[in-house]
Amino acid sequence: MEQFAQQLVNGLTLGGVYALIALGYTLIYGVLQLLNFAHGEVYMVGAFLGYFVMTGLGGPAAPVVPVWLMIVLMFLVAMIGSGLLGVAVEQFAYRPLRNSARIAPLISALGVSLFLQNAVLLLFGSQVRSYDTPRYWPATGAPELAGVRISPVRILVVALALVLMLALVQLVNRSRFGRGMRAVAFDRDAALMMGIDVNKVVVLVFFVASALAGAAGVMVGLVFFNVYSYMGFLAGLKGFTAAVVGGIGSIPGAMLGGFLIGLVESFTTVYISSNFASVLSFLVLILVMLVKPRGLLGKAAIVKV
Amino acid sequence: MDSTNLNLGTDEWVAAHAERSAGTPGPLDRARAAWEAVPLLVRVLLPVVLLALVPLAGSSYLTRVGVNLGLFALLALGLNIVVGYAGLLDLGYVAFYGFGAYTFAMLSSDKFGLHLPTLVTVPLAVVLTAAFGFLLSLPSRRLLGDYLAIVTLFFGQIFVEFAISGDSITLPGRSQSSDLTGGSDGISGVDRFSLLGLRFESDAYYYYLLLALVLLLTLAIYRVDRSRVGRAWRALGQDALAAEAMTIPVNRLKILAFVVGAGIAGLSGAIFAAVQRGVFPSSFDLPLLILVYAAVILGGSGSLAGALLGAALMSLLPEALRQPAYGEWLFFVLLCLAAVAVVRRARPLLLVAVGTVVVGFVMNAVLLAAGVQGLPAADWTQGLLSRGMGRWLFVPVDRLHWGNAAFVLLVVLLAVASRIRPAVRIALLPVLLWLATFVWFVRLSPEPSLTRQLLIGALLVVLMIVRPEGLLGRKQVEVL
Repeated sequence: MEQFAQQLVNGLTLGGVYALIALGYTLIYGVLQLLNFAHGEVYMVGAFLGYFVMTGLGGPAAPVVPVWLMIVLMFLVAMIGSGLLGVAVEQFAYRPLRNSARIAPLISALGVSLFLQNAVLLLFGSQVRSYDTPRYWPATGAPELAGVRISPVRILVVALALVLMLALVQLVNRSRFGRGMRAVAFDRDAALMMGIDVNKVVVLVFFVASALAGAAGVMVGLVFFNVYSYMGFLAGLKGFTAAVVGGIGSIPGAMLGGFLIGLVESFTTVYISSNFASVLSFLVLILVMLVKPRGLLGKAAIVKV
Repeated sequence: MDSTNLNLGTDEWVAAHAERSAGTPGPLDRARAAWEAVPLLVRVLLPVVLLALVPLAGSSYLTRVGVNLGLFALLALGLNIVVGYAGLLDLGYVAFYGFGAYTFAMLSSDKFGLHLPTLVTVPLAVVLTAAFGFLLSLPSRRLLGDYLAIVTLFFGQIFVEFAISGDSITLPGRSQSSDLTGGSDGISGVDRFSLLGLRFESDAYYYYLLLALVLLLTLAIYRVDRSRVGRAWRALGQDALAAEAMTIPVNRLKILAFVVGAGIAGLSGAIFAAVQRGVFPSSFDLPLLILVYAAVILGGSGSLAGALLGAALMSLLPEALRQPAYGEWLFFVLLCLAAVAVVRRARPLLLVAVGTVVVGFVMNAVLLAAGVQGLPAADWTQGLLSRGMGRWLFVPVDRLHWGNAAFVLLVVLLAVASRIRPAVRIALLPVLLWLATFVWFVRLSPEPSLTRQLLIGALLVVLMIVRPEGLLGRKQVEVL
């Protein structure tokens, strides 16, 4: 039972992170029908940005500002930096391909992913860097639940993930930008004719999606400590799996998928084998694809010829 | 309309009025026309004869490069069927290569004490890999483009993870965990091929085997491409929905493309295991996948000659990068080509060249005057230009920081340059060329594998924007 609760907490933490990445995929796919393979790399850059903010403010041993301020700054810088990176990637790698064959932006995205990963490797080397959270934020006084101590970092991560998701839902459903976004997702050409600035919407979507990935990067750093240039690939893959399982293009689907994949992974690690965590989430993906090819909450697309 | 002139996949209007969109023929088009004027038999036989002579040069290194090229060409041919013809974005393709290699290794090594004859193991590896491809294609055939891509990509990743963690698998009904794949150490001590009484002692045997296989396969694919199945594949690649409406059995053909592609990859994998005399999980990871994709797409997706050309470029160029002296030349050739591609006229080009030289000397003087510690030219260049290079280019002692800063600056400037008016861009070009050379010598040339990945990544993006049909591909027309 204790182990179960522990894994539940782990799964929720991981799930929050995957859900944020999945939301980015879903947003971009919803608007452009583009599979942004570079999304995982944006997340990795976010994790690095958070790390550099931390070292820039005195490092884990002696931060020069209060810890809460440091963490806020880490998230802010990582989100804004990742957001700008996502916008830049869209400008240079996807926008020229907006109207070309379907395969072109996919290949371009693979290229961007490879380039970003190796650029980071070139600039910062291959060594694993550590956020070293316990040194400035010890887990003392952590609340206990069902015999499991939940560290405050995890509470922060899950809570922040939920807050970001809620904010996103509000943004999409309530704001002017969200309305434009939904219109573009529904029918880009029609939206254009209705006077919606499609390019502006796409830029904003890329910014929001990438900022979420950047936040996910800092969260992973805070909870699991290690950041390195290869971390983006697998996380991106998991995030995408989550998006597809939930039904790509659907925002609640991405959240559901993220938590589902996170839970599956953390329970597999303990109850089956840590080696097969990815295998099992892959099986979940295949199963969902077989039963509901559009994902759990996705809607069947009607192809008009 | 005879069958050789079938403009499959081209809209009728576009086919009839292609000259409207075509500009004046460039040097590439002229080279292509000249090449196509040569009789087909000569066009095929000339490279084959030339390639057959390579092992006779007596350089084991060269033969090894040739073997790698052959393996890579097989892979590219197979992927060209899946992606180029049938239009299925299979991002788990390399897993089939790995599956073939592992199957062969398990059947002919001390791992399980099996040493079956090559005539059994290789066909078995091919058939098993094809069957494996069939299994994967079953869930995949329902998936549309992007979904297929992600499922197969994930699958490829799972294969690698399985190979790494396959050394402690508890099979049902057994209490002890058993070792299937050798974990991250892989399987070593794999048998050499021995066919028809010939033991494949050296790379030259494999080289000729691969040459024959590539030739045979090229001919076979050439025939298939012009058959009913080949036409159906192309129709499927163009528009699956329309193909289905034309009564083409879309699902069956998708599976067939998957199976054939997997079989070819499996064959290549089996030979790879024998050449290398071992298999390791890291050989079948993402970098190889991207390299094969880059080859097929650079050559021209859906073009047979393109796949072979792409395979040659993508396996020989990275090889050249590994040798600093060749890498230097390769870099300058690429730089000149890039400059020509941007400027395209003789007089501005001359100005740019002069400008670049001047920028170099000025920067050299500035950096020297600023008191930056520099390295003597002999430390960083071996090429023919090395004598002049020392005066023109300045390589600081602190390569890491200068190089990183210059790299970031270069990327930013390139991004800016792609957004400004052509006239201003040409004015900026000398600075860019010098900066690129600086980054190359200071930071990139000591890191060949990283450089390779960076260049391939950038290449894929630029290629998709500038020439998505690749070098020899046919322009796709999307009719909406």
